[in-house]
Amino acid sequence: MSDVSNTTENGILSLTKGIARPALVSAVFFMVVAGIAYPLVTTGVANILFPDQAQGSLIVRDGQTVGSRLIGQYFARPEYFHGRPSVTAGADPNDPSKSIDQPYNAGASAASNQGATSKKLLDAVNERARAYREENGLAPDAPVPVDAVTASGSGLDPHISVANARLQAARVARVRGLPPATVLALVNDHTSGPQIGALGDPRVNVLELNLALDAATTARPAAQ
Amino acid sequence: MEHDLTQFALILAIMAGLVFVLGKWMTHLFVSPAHNIIERGTYRLLGVDPAEKMSWKRYGMVLLLSNAAMMLLGYLLLRVQQYIPGDALERASQSPHLAFNTAASFITNTNWQSYSGETSLSNFSQMAVITFLMTVSAATGVAAAGGFIRGLSRKSAADIGNYWVDFTRVIFRLLLPICFVLALVYVWQGIPQTLNAEAIANTLEGARQQLIVGPVASLETIKHIGTNGGGFFAMNSAHPFENPTPLTNTLHILSMLLIPSALTYTFGSMIARRRQGWAFFAAFLVMFLGFLALVYSAERAGNPMFASAGVDQAQTQLQAGGNMEGKELRFGIAQTSLFVTTTTAATTGSVDAMHSSLTPLGGLVPIAEMMLNNVFGGDGVGLINLVTYAILTVFLVGMMIGRTPEFLGKKVEAREMKFVMLAVLAHPFSILGFTALACLTPSTLASLANMGPHGFSEVLYAYTSGTANNGSAFAGLNANTPFFNTTIGLAMLIGRYLTLLPMLAVAGVMAAKTTVPEGPGTLSTSTPLFTGLLVFVVIIVGGLTFLPALALGPIVEHLLMLSGTTF
Repeated sequence: MSDVSNTTENGILSLTKGIARPALVSAVFFMVVAGIAYPLVTTGVANILFPDQAQGSLIVRDGQTVGSRLIGQYFARPEYFHGRPSVTAGADPNDPSKSIDQPYNAGASAASNQGATSKKLLDAVNERARAYREENGLAPDAPVPVDAVTASGSGLDPHISVANARLQAARVARVRGLPPATVLALVNDHTSGPQIGALGDPRVNVLELNLALDAATTARPAAQ
Repeated sequence: MEHDLTQFALILAIMAGLVFVLGKWMTHLFVSPAHNIIERGTYRLLGVDPAEKMSWKRYGMVLLLSNAAMMLLGYLLLRVQQYIPGDALERASQSPHLAFNTAASFITNTNWQSYSGETSLSNFSQMAVITFLMTVSAATGVAAAGGFIRGLSRKSAADIGNYWVDFTRVIFRLLLPICFVLALVYVWQGIPQTLNAEAIANTLEGARQQLIVGPVASLETIKHIGTNGGGFFAMNSAHPFENPTPLTNTLHILSMLLIPSALTYTFGSMIARRRQGWAFFAAFLVMFLGFLALVYSAERAGNPMFASAGVDQAQTQLQAGGNMEGKELRFGIAQTSLFVTTTTAATTGSVDAMHSSLTPLGGLVPIAEMMLNNVFGGDGVGLINLVTYAILTVFLVGMMIGRTPEFLGKKVEAREMKFVMLAVLAHPFSILGFTALACLTPSTLASLANMGPHGFSEVLYAYTSGTANNGSAFAGLNANTPFFNTTIGLAMLIGRYLTLLPMLAVAGVMAAKTTVPEGPGTLSTSTPLFTGLLVFVVIIVGGLTFLPALALGPIVEHLLMLSGTTF
């Protein structure tokens, strides 16, 4: 193998000869190119072409930012459609050193990470299914859509399944005093099919649906 | 079901089409003698001679030392983060063991994250540390593959090319142009790209919602094109800001497979044996489809334990159904299964669903793919790993038929087999050794989120992910402890450099050999028979090595789930 080892006969010194300076310069240079120039140029161009999306697809109502089209938010009141369970947590407002449940905390995305045989997971699913049936006036043995009782990966899932939305429609219509057909029509309007006809599954954007409900309800709920 | 299969077929067909385009482009990149003006400027700035012919040792040394300098720079920036002005949220610097883990993780293309993006990194760090290290680690892998293939394609040569040229070209001609265009598509679909740190919303129910934003799109592109995988946000590509639509999910999947699959074409082109490239592509694809079928059927079937709660997991017109814990509705089972299979095949490690909440057999797939480490594999290293196994296959078959093994017209002899075996053994040694060490360490129990076999899987997954330079996790494990940060950091370095450097050595040794004419006894390595043998060897070696560990984790968990046992 003498033909290959010509360069190595002088040992490690000749191998590393002249590398130290280029190695250090390359670290700084490519940090500037890939870590600063590339993201900054992208930011500049993106904000000219798509200023709305670049800032987070925010929804403004009556001059106030009410959320992002892409990020789910927590709905507990009966007059709104509810999103999927979320296990995100946040700092306790009374004691910031403690962490408490805070569903749809977009400052700290989180999932349960519980495995299929986890007792905690099964207990939680049982409890959510019970609460879902009670809230929506379903029979105690009525099947519940899986997305309504399982926590999403991000804790910020903006969508629910069409099956889930339809089961909640009766409750929402009753509390709001709207005809069920109106509410179901709104659900249909806010159902997206597969993207470009092939990708993903049908889904309903909960925040957009609830905004449409508010717009359709002449007398908004008192808290608004 | 039909809709799901259509999606698989569509996406994989596009992937195969891109193999031609990008494969040709990368061949040109590695063989073209001309340097463009930006590249010439770069060489002058670095003070290197682009005409220098490097032996494999010199090539490997430059790779190692430049990576070390970049890792050090990343480490320092993370340690001083809080003193760099401009972060509205004033996020603190990382601790020494965490910064070591992060820098090691990103320079080795692993992207294991012991931290949570939104609470611990400023926008400056997300760009100047994370995006930077993602780019250079991917370029390192692709450059190494270039040097490796060049070595195999030469005869009686003393050099395998010039590392600086390969590295610089990969960044300027391949990674940055693709990433820039793709980032704009991502922003169009809704991924934020801004220097602001947050947006505050008042929700419909009157709560305050803090939306973390930043330069996400520019990170997201290189994250997948570079088979990196580390998320801007804690929940990675499950977070709607990292992956807002099924289209972005599809583009993520295609991005991850782009370079690893196209390198098979580049390989075939550069060694002037196109069929050899396709034989390797076929080997990748066969294993990939097998794993995809397993994870898809397991997740589609759902969790049998949910039945008693009256949960409807069936797929209908109105819902995607399946095991939805830890998954996002916009992706459903099909898009999620394809992503799971891809991210650990291409050793990216980003996740669009929580792997820890997959069904046991669904969760076995990512672990097994990382253990094999060459179902497509990461940028550059995947192909190198497959060639490692191809040489092993030639050797085993040669032993069986009693002939001197040959690969690409060259004799395979004792010296290169020793390097091959070093690369093959470093991988399980690191995974199983560190897992055993962690299991014997009493403090490990405190880090587990799940008990029973799933807890063992969490630990096994962590070291497999680190060694395979994947970076995904059974994220129930709290790995931000000095023990885990240090040992996983070491696993990542071993997994990267103890497989890469021996294979550069093989390339160097092979380059120096003369070719022998093919005879009637030569085993052709570009036939379907050889592809079959190769897959067989990969699975047998992987199976013999890892099956006992898998049996203690996902396999026993699957059996316990069927019998209704909970933990």
